[in-house]
Amino acid sequence: MSATPTSLDAPEVSIARDLARRALIISPIFLLIGVAIDGVGGLISSGLALALVAFNFFLGAKIISRAIAISLNTLYGAVLFGYLIRLGLMAVAVLIVRNADWFATVPFAITLLITHLGLLIWETKHVSLSLAFPGVMPAKPSTDNFQE
Amino acid sequence: MLNVLAETATGEMLEGLKAIGAGLGYGLAAIGPGIGIGTVVGNAISSMARQPESAGMVRTTMFLGIAFTEALALIGFVVFILLLP
Repeated sequence: MSATPTSLDAPEVSIARDLARRALIISPIFLLIGVAIDGVGGLISSGLALALVAFNFFLGAKIISRAIAISLNTLYGAVLFGYLIRLGLMAVAVLIVRNADWFATVPFAITLLITHLGLLIWETKHVSLSLAFPGVMPAKPSTDNFQE
Repeated sequence: MLNVLAETATGEMLEGLKAIGAGLGYGLAAIGPGIGIGTVVGNAISSMARQPESAGMVRTTMFLGIAFTEALALIGFVVFILLLP
């Protein structure tokens, strides 16, 4: 299940990419739940929530990887202001679409909360906390070419 | 006529109060995670300053910690959406 991180990836970017990949894997379940609750509107709303969750992870990771290259002080400021900016962006995104005919609040809310927490809990099992491979756990080496 | 006006005003006032409540709720819900994220990043920075060689590991933990803390703000966000008139 684990992706193979490249050496150029910042740990948080590789984790965000892996989270997005996992979001794609579980997306059919939440899209079906959306359809079951509110038809096509629920489907689109669940899709929007999934996209927002993935975008939120990516933006957070990019902010950290950019800021840490400058200095640790910049990292502190960027993470805190980034948090405010990301919350603001999510609020704006919802305020734009909430009056649309297709927007269904309940599937959106369910998908947003469960996906965010569920993906994180799932990801913690696949994160490598080692000095050698920070970020996503490297894939196990293949034994196909092993010769005795 | 007056009754109709009073009912309309009450309805509009209710809508306005709901909107104010939603905004206040979202803002208040964002305070706790803000403090939490500050703590997470502050401790991560002091770890990286003490042991720069462990920066990669600390960044991994920090990113997940920030994301978990942010889930609390998302709960406030969901309440905000549900309360909006």
